[in-house]
Amino acid sequence: MKFGIAVYPGSNCDYDTYRVIRDVLKEDVELVDYRTQKLEGFDCMILPGGFSFGDYLRPGTLAAHTPLTEAVKEFADRGGLVVGICNGFQILTEAHLLPGALMPNEHGKFVCKHQYLRVENSDTPFTNQCEEGQVLKIPIAHHDGNYFVDEETLRKMEDNGQIILRYCDEYGNITEGANPNGSVSNIAGVSNERKNVFGLMPHPERASENILGSEDGLYILQSILESY
Amino acid sequence: MLIKFFIKPRKGVLDPQGRAVAENLRSLGFSTVKDVKVGKYIEVYVQETDREKAKQMAVEMAKKSLVNEIIEDYEFEIVEEQG
Repeated sequence: MKFGIAVYPGSNCDYDTYRVIRDVLKEDVELVDYRTQKLEGFDCMILPGGFSFGDYLRPGTLAAHTPLTEAVKEFADRGGLVVGICNGFQILTEAHLLPGALMPNEHGKFVCKHQYLRVENSDTPFTNQCEEGQVLKIPIAHHDGNYFVDEETLRKMEDNGQIILRYCDEYGNITEGANPNGSVSNIAGVSNERKNVFGLMPHPERASENILGSEDGLYILQSILESY
Repeated sequence: MLIKFFIKPRKGVLDPQGRAVAENLRSLGFSTVKDVKVGKYIEVYVQETDREKAKQMAVEMAKKSLVNEIIEDYEFEIVEEQG
């Protein structure tokens, strides 16, 4: 399977993600410059975390209007798998590949910690190695992770199984106390209607090796391999 | 022409910056402060003399990039550039 990792000016999780795909998953992977206009030969594109274009205007906005993101849209239209992690998630919402928006955290602070997540839908290319209701421990690190979507869209997303991950406590309870940023309905990760585009605030690439305190990110990465 | 955009958080959408600034103003003795909204002000200078065209351009700019209408409201005004 061949992965592409998007590199925008200000991406800073690009090499972490690259390394995990190359050295842990042992799959083919290539860094892809933001000026790239055509994507060929890739099976999955990952938009990594960071602060693309300095978060100018709004996080993800400027990156959403680059040649590479246009190519990612075409790639997604052809059915290609797309994953946006953290800033990548923000880019995907700004590019309208995913519904909703990511606002500044409710408490106004940057949050960086290990976080428990409950898998809400295991029937996707990104979670097929998980059980429904399984609790994953994956770090978050963001200032703008407060997911917002209007009630009507939220209902449609729920009916269509597009809510993939929710913030929870270590036993899987979805509580206000377990919500690290004020996200509507504790949402941590969502997909598009077709389920080939996935955005999440947590960083699976930072939880893919035992030495880093958790390997739960591999459930997500290995699901992608399994779906291939 | 100069297009001035005034962007602020949508009504009902949480504004942590506004809340923090409101608390700060109250702590400075401005006890009558009820609420604060922190937004953005953007100036876009365009080579355009037709007001109607500038207006259309402004709406498109807002829609395509300057404003995220899921979480933000905006207004704009168009003025002749001074010297």
